[in-house]
Amino acid sequence: MDVGIVGYGAYVPRHRIKVEEIAKVWGADAPTYKKGLMLGEKSVPSPDQDVITMSVEAARHALTRSGIDANKIGAIYIGSESHPYAVKPSGTIVADAIGATPNIHCADMEFACKAGTEGMFVAMSLVKAGEMDYALGIGADTSQGAPGDALEYSAAAGAAAFIMGKEKVLAVCEHTHAHMTDTPDFWRREYQHYPRHAGRFTGEPAYFDHVVPCGRGLLEKSGTTPKDFQWAVFHQPNGKFPMRAGKKLGFSTEQMKQGWLAPILGNTYSGSSPMGLSAVLDVAKPGDRIFMVSYGSGSGSDGFIFRVTDEIAKVQKAAPQTREQLEDNPIYIDYGTYAKYRGKIRMLED
Amino acid sequence: MIGSPRSWREKPQRYRYEAGKCSGCSKIFFPPRLVCDACGSKTFETQVLAQTGVVETFTIIEVAPSGFTDEAPYAVGIIKLDDGVKVTAQIADCKPEELKLGDKVRLEFRKVTEDGASGILHYGYKFVLA
Repeated sequence: MDVGIVGYGAYVPRHRIKVEEIAKVWGADAPTYKKGLMLGEKSVPSPDQDVITMSVEAARHALTRSGIDANKIGAIYIGSESHPYAVKPSGTIVADAIGATPNIHCADMEFACKAGTEGMFVAMSLVKAGEMDYALGIGADTSQGAPGDALEYSAAAGAAAFIMGKEKVLAVCEHTHAHMTDTPDFWRREYQHYPRHAGRFTGEPAYFDHVVPCGRGLLEKSGTTPKDFQWAVFHQPNGKFPMRAGKKLGFSTEQMKQGWLAPILGNTYSGSSPMGLSAVLDVAKPGDRIFMVSYGSGSGSDGFIFRVTDEIAKVQKAAPQTREQLEDNPIYIDYGTYAKYRGKIRMLED
Repeated sequence: MIGSPRSWREKPQRYRYEAGKCSGCSKIFFPPRLVCDACGSKTFETQVLAQTGVVETFTIIEVAPSGFTDEAPYAVGIIKLDDGVKVTAQIADCKPEELKLGDKVRLEFRKVTEDGASGILHYGYKFVLA
């Protein structure tokens, strides 16, 4: 039985801030950040946008592409590290807004930037097990970086949603693989507003020592080589890491560039590799194979191999495409507006 | 302060844009109501509003009330939807000086307000330029 993606959608907020604008405030050298992290600008959510609102929009795009009734969805899993409530699920609101309640299983997931692919993994596994016909996995974040920290140049906002099913599958999931160890490279303690990280430790042994082994395990398990794939997508904490990880595995720039959104989007954390996948699905052709590996600090990676089917051409333009949302009509803001939008200014309390 | 009961009660219209269509005369009410003011019927069927429309009129809020100061200046307009229904709502993510009568807009799901720093978050519809 072929199980995989039957509908997908992404959402990108309209506001952007450029690396130069952030560097100017902190006396940092913008060209160094741009070259070192391969980042140019990042998305910024409006004050009225959060994980829930972006998830609803992405899920609605996925529903449009799937052509199914929302009440056929048997589960909703939203992965994020910026759920608006500490206690109360994001998934209940999203499910109600898209019309998928009440006969639906729901859980919010957290695993730093890997929570989105966890939702996809579990949603797909439930369909594969025959527990339900359709399940929805979403990766979304309005990520925070402390003022002046290196993370502030990358922490962005966005969402991607995937409806998993077994009929009219757009992209069949052929193989999965997971790789995980306890590696404390990035964390946020309870009641803390901003996350902390271990500087260069976040590269090796964190990101690279999980993404690359997960990728190798996926290639080994599937009996494939990088030449068997048209597209490859990796988690994008910045522009540099995914390219380097992909090259280590044997993938070319050509295979990676369509899903490589970080230079103009930033790091959307749980939405990062899922949004890259959505950008690839926007242009993929029947028969194409997609290689995807996520990464979440803490640390772990989820790997997927998708094979695109004939169904894809019917839906690619049925909802807003990911790069189209990224490139069309951005509103550039200055650091003051950014600080206001992201709640970085201490206000008088009511 | 809106509170949980009202927020919960208004979900159909705020989350899913569900209007009431009079079974007697087909007049559409948004938000839904119990009695049709045109024919007196008390029977309605649910109709989901069109998701796109045009700006019929708008004003710019320069001095925002508490809870909306982060977004000022912002536009509030009357939108004529493609199904003829008129809805009053905020028009988000636009520069006030760029907004024009007749602009095409579409619905987006947004946070409308929140009950202070520890209360319920209220979600619903706003419009953005299409």
